Amino acid sequence: MNWTKTLRVASVFVVIFIAIILSFPLNEKINLGLDLQGGSHVILECVDTPNAPVDNDAVNRVLEIIRNRIDQLGVSEPVIQRQGATRILVQLPGVENPEAAVDLIGKTALLEFKNEEGETQLTGAHLINAKSSFDQFSRSIVLIEFDKIGAKEFGEATKNNVGKVLAITLDGKEISAPVVQEPILDGKAQITGKFTIEDAKHLAILLRAGSLPVKVEILENRSVGPTLGRDSISKGIKAGIVGLVLILIFMLIYYKSFGLIADFALVVCMILIVGALAGLKATLTLPGIAGMILTIGMAVDANILIFERIKEELRLEKTFRASIDAGFNKAFRTIFDANVTTLIAALALFYFGSGAIKGFAITLSIGILASMFTAIVVTKIVLEVAATKFSSKALL
Amino acid sequence: MDLIGKKKFDFIKNRRIAYIISAVIILIGLISIIFQGFNLGIDFAGGTLIQIRFDKSVSITEVRNALSEFDLSQSTIQNLSENEFVIRTEKIDSEQRKEILSAFRENLTDLAILRVETVGPVIGENLKKLALYALLFAFIGIILYITMRFEFKFSIVSILALSHDCLIVLGIFSLLQKEITISIVAAVLTIVGYSLNNTIVILDRLRENIKFKTREPFENLINISINQSLSRTINTALTTIIPILALYFFGGNILSDFALALFIGMVAGTYSSIFIASPLLLEWNKIFKIHQKGIRIIGKKGKK
Repeated sequence: MNWTKTLRVASVFVVIFIAIILSFPLNEKINLGLDLQGGSHVILECVDTPNAPVDNDAVNRVLEIIRNRIDQLGVSEPVIQRQGATRILVQLPGVENPEAAVDLIGKTALLEFKNEEGETQLTGAHLINAKSSFDQFSRSIVLIEFDKIGAKEFGEATKNNVGKVLAITLDGKEISAPVVQEPILDGKAQITGKFTIEDAKHLAILLRAGSLPVKVEILENRSVGPTLGRDSISKGIKAGIVGLVLILIFMLIYYKSFGLIADFALVVCMILIVGALAGLKATLTLPGIAGMILTIGMAVDANILIFERIKEELRLEKTFRASIDAGFNKAFRTIFDANVTTLIAALALFYFGSGAIKGFAITLSIGILASMFTAIVVTKIVLEVAATKFSSKALL
Repeated sequence: MDLIGKKKFDFIKNRRIAYIISAVIILIGLISIIFQGFNLGIDFAGGTLIQIRFDKSVSITEVRNALSEFDLSQSTIQNLSENEFVIRTEKIDSEQRKEILSAFRENLTDLAILRVETVGPVIGENLKKLALYALLFAFIGIILYITMRFEFKFSIVSILALSHDCLIVLGIFSLLQKEITISIVAAVLTIVGYSLNNTIVILDRLRENIKFKTREPFENLINISINQSLSRTINTALTTIIPILALYFFGGNILSDFALALFIGMVAGTYSSIFIASPLLLEWNKIFKIHQKGIRIIGKKGKK
């Protein structure tokens, strides 16, 4: 082996090594999309109502309140973004119960106290604190506390309704209907309803963060529970492994030693794809896994093209070395042209697609580039090295 | 081992049979598209999808009965296994959803919510527009690239071949009333990119043969080119289709329609690049009365 060849072999190993370093440990280095780790993708729109028209301030206030609610929910890396004039994008990765979480962010959460005639006595506007707790019968309750003005209003309301029901409603829906025993003047009260622990916690969050100034509508909601996410990962991995193993076997049977080289190139290609995903901090989605599986087929494509060309060159009685060079030169342009068109399609998907589909476009693009690199660089070096040790007959 | 490479098949002589087969399949698909249209998924049509897993096995009739008390006439229920179901309805809000799910819990058995998707009509329209833009962008981009790299008529037949593949996929999806979702659009775009792959390999070979075998009539050149690439075309089709089948059988229900679209597209694409694309070049020459000798080749090696 001469110097340049040694250098090329070494650089290929360095690239593989870097890819492996980048991708381990896998579960920390690969970003999983909402469809794989579970979570919610929600687009909200602030809509006009007669009492509360939407303006810029209102949207900003909604954004702030929603951020507040999500913070208190304890989601690790939420995305809360304003989109355009009236829309808000919320992404909640990894929440255990996406349904409840989405419920929580979209609620207006207007707390009202109503007398038996249904007249509103006061609202939750002057609350300064709310927390979930348990009463002496270990039922879930929410403890609330008013500020000075609120305490005064609440005192009035309770004084006027002693012995009567003072209903507590959230967004017009009754959550509790206690009978007032005596006036409450210290601004502290407890809401006892048919709550689960989670209900009580969420209600407390809503009350603490305050009510939304305008009505909010859910335009789009895509929520995946963690069970389905895990399911999707294991099914995707299974499909990938089955596909990979079948291709490895197919290449070995059909192309023998050449097939072994292609198999090596394919495995390198997969390592590079994972390394690139980790290195670029790209998000792996379920369609992204499909894109990777698709790449398995495409990656051997270039190798087959090259081998068939080399075989043809050998039939012209050229030397092994010369056939390898000629085969690669003739196959290169075809491989390039054929892959560029798939890249154009992937680009269109990346540009116009959203979330999960973007993930597909990314793995497909990375896969195409990695497969071109492995076919043109890795396969060639392995073949050249093999050509110095074996005759073409031994390899074919 | 070179079983396929040595057999010579006369693609040109039999090209009319191939045209008829393609025409019939496309026509059936088009009739279905015109008369029953597409089954647009909630991505484009708007609506709500709920995927649930019951704790015990439940029959689809039981689910339908439990759902019937709600006024959701347009809903469809699909069972993925004896306890897993996908329910698609018009767009419903979270309150209605809760009512339905608690009705299921009361009348049937406890359940876990696996997935909920709600898409409003505004977003649906928007996604439709984006999908069309993506298709348009990809088509135009690919046409430009092919025109840049090949002679004009080569790009025309490539585009005809890839339109052929897309029409077959869309036609079959309409015929089977399979849902058209964003993933299906992604699959079609992938087919657009990949179907060209095979066509390009054969056309590339033809371009080379035109240059070196100037004495052969065009018919023979096409036949030689297809036959020379045949073992490669079939092998790469196989290696692409094997992982797609793995995806179809093992990848879970969310990806199975996506894999199906890819499968149909890859089969159609392989078929069209062998039987349709290159023979169409001959028709082109006949229509425009071009005699093969002295054909102009644009490209690095064959500047005019």
